[in-house]
Amino acid sequence: MNKRVKSALVWAFVTVMLAIMYVPILILIIYSFTDAKALGVWNGFSFELYANLFTDAEIMGALGNSLILAAVSAFLATVLGTAAAVGIYYMKAKRKAVAGFVANITMENAEIVTGVAFMMFFLAVNIGYGWGALIVAHTMITVPYVILSVTPKLSQLNPNLYEAGLDLGASPIGSMFRVVIPQLIPGMISGFIMAFTLSLDDFIVSKFINGGVETIPIYLYNALAKRGADPTLRALSSVLFIAVLTVLIALNIVSAKRRKAEVK
Amino acid sequence: MAVTAREKFDNIIEIKNVTKVFDGITAVDDVNLAVKRGEFVTLLGPSGCGKTTLLRMIAGFEMPTSGTIMLEKQDVTAVPPHLRPINTVFQKYALFPHLNVFKNIAFGLKLKRIPTGETDKKGKPVFRKFTKDEIAEKVERVLKLVNLETYGHRNVTGLSGGQQQRVAIARAIVCEPKVLLLDEPLGALDLKMRKEMQLELAAMHKNIGITFIYVTHDQEEALTMSDKVVVMTDGAVQQYGTPKAIYDEPANAFVADFIGESNILSGVMKSDFLVEFCGTKFKCLDKGFAPDERVDLVVRPEDIFIAPKKGALKGEVVSTVFKGTYYEMEILAEGYQFTVQNTVERKPGETVFLSVEPDGIHIMKKLKTVNEFIGTVVDETTVEFCGGKFEFVNSSGLQKGDAVRVTVPFDKVELTDDEADGCIGANVTQTFYKGTYYQVQVYTDDDTDFFIDTVDEWDMGDRVGIKIKPEDIKVEPVTENAEGDGND
Repeated sequence: MNKRVKSALVWAFVTVMLAIMYVPILILIIYSFTDAKALGVWNGFSFELYANLFTDAEIMGALGNSLILAAVSAFLATVLGTAAAVGIYYMKAKRKAVAGFVANITMENAEIVTGVAFMMFFLAVNIGYGWGALIVAHTMITVPYVILSVTPKLSQLNPNLYEAGLDLGASPIGSMFRVVIPQLIPGMISGFIMAFTLSLDDFIVSKFINGGVETIPIYLYNALAKRGADPTLRALSSVLFIAVLTVLIALNIVSAKRRKAEVK
Repeated sequence: MAVTAREKFDNIIEIKNVTKVFDGITAVDDVNLAVKRGEFVTLLGPSGCGKTTLLRMIAGFEMPTSGTIMLEKQDVTAVPPHLRPINTVFQKYALFPHLNVFKNIAFGLKLKRIPTGETDKKGKPVFRKFTKDEIAEKVERVLKLVNLETYGHRNVTGLSGGQQQRVAIARAIVCEPKVLLLDEPLGALDLKMRKEMQLELAAMHKNIGITFIYVTHDQEEALTMSDKVVVMTDGAVQQYGTPKAIYDEPANAFVADFIGESNILSGVMKSDFLVEFCGTKFKCLDKGFAPDERVDLVVRPEDIFIAPKKGALKGEVVSTVFKGTYYEMEILAEGYQFTVQNTVERKPGETVFLSVEPDGIHIMKKLKTVNEFIGTVVDETTVEFCGGKFEFVNSSGLQKGDAVRVTVPFDKVELTDDEADGCIGANVTQTFYKGTYYQVQVYTDDDTDFFIDTVDEWDMGDRVGIKIKPEDIKVEPVTENAEGDGND
């Protein structure tokens, strides 16, 4: 097969794949700008669905819940994940492998299993479903992502940096906070953002333990189940998609800039 | 009182019987060392000789497995690094990337507490922090000292290697440590920069008067900069002395080989002031050896004289290389290839005569003349030592289970290419060319050294097998006073 055919095939494959992935979302976004009840009918351009969205108390309540939950659990996950990453990094090889594997389990495990496990756990220890359960569960399922984004920063660290802090008179804890942690901040920020978006997005685990608390994914599911495809959901989905996309693009730009600065 | 006590602190650092073992491997082996106040002392040795571990123990980053470290007569062995008045310049600088040059240097000052001179109600001295102005003044002063006056606001990641190194030095000396430790600080710089920094460091040492302990594997660096040099290998100090003493009078073949170009030969002391090597007797300046004692001797390439007609040894020029100010020639005489430096060139193939003045020959005691181990008899004709079973001739009726002293002459050990051909496996750690043969040092899997005299050349790191003929193994019962470290 010659080169040109090969590259044409590759391009065709990539195009089809991207189309399958993004065309439905694109259609959703386009039809969020018309007020027709049924999807696929164009009633003329309008912001009505968006107006409905931002005045709907139930949706705004769910959005508020989601944001608070994401912020709190991402903050906790960042603190725990950073501490865990530092701890695991300085372990001896054998323990390190074991600890690294254990830390990744919630990430690799089927979410439905994690969800059921949390449900039974909270029942067993008598913690009611709702805010407490949601915060604990979301923190736990996002910690591995923070560990994953902090660890590379640790391995880039000059191995003598911590010792240099001690050498200049900082106590072990002082050297950790004044010298090591500042080097990890970029990793912690990207870990926080990842944890935040994962928490916003989580449905399966939340569904088991949310009690009465409605987050956006749960609201969406309930609304669809009760009332069918409410046209307002098109606007909501579009807003969520654009918001997450913006964060991801911003994150990429920031890390690309930083890499450039490091090369210099 | 205080002054006289201070003067008595002749040794600022004393290291006593310090040993460090990592996971069963001895990195530093019973080192004793005293460093005088204000000296520039260099720890010199090949990589893995334990010099950096020793430095890290002085800094406090590692705890000795046994032994004590004294700083101004105070035992600091267990004092953590942040409480020791010692600062370190790290190999890869270890500057703080999130701080600019000024803040990097000010880091230690901001943490420092100084006595105000007053005492509180309980009579304890009161401490205070440096003020902002004091810090700024001190930082400016060291920046000047390292020629970086205008760099305070710069980001450390944007600096060249040499500049980063200067910042690292400034950051350490601004704290006015009692001792400054430098761990191969010039290793990452290019040759020209390294030469410049060597001079600057030596000048800095003179100016500020702080005791420097410097680690390097570069012998030239060690000889040019230091007041004293500590030559180390295998975790032990081989020699401690001035650069001149170490060059002129190496304690043993290892030091002679490591420091400068040298011809190392085996010889026999015929009497005081007379040594025989290459089949010829030479006058020398050494005495006090047993008659016919086998010795190592070193002759520096610049101490060999070449004449066209007359001399002690007849030889033939093998090769000549021009080295800028002199010619370095390889001359084969009596089976030994001498390295000779001279300003007069001799062409390859030319016949020449070599001679050496008595003060050009330096005699050293042989480190070991025989391999000696402690082992056990496992059956009538088998003895176990160094983790292997060897056949031997049991002439003195030794019983199974007897502890025995095993001796094997260097030239009776055979090395095999294939590890499986030998009784035990080992790695080649050193080889010295001794005129007509090589002396090879190997390290067995159970951590003992074997010396082998062989005509074959082996490379460092070669994996070999060790084989010994039964009749060459001498086995004697261990006498009471001979217990212990027969392996050394």
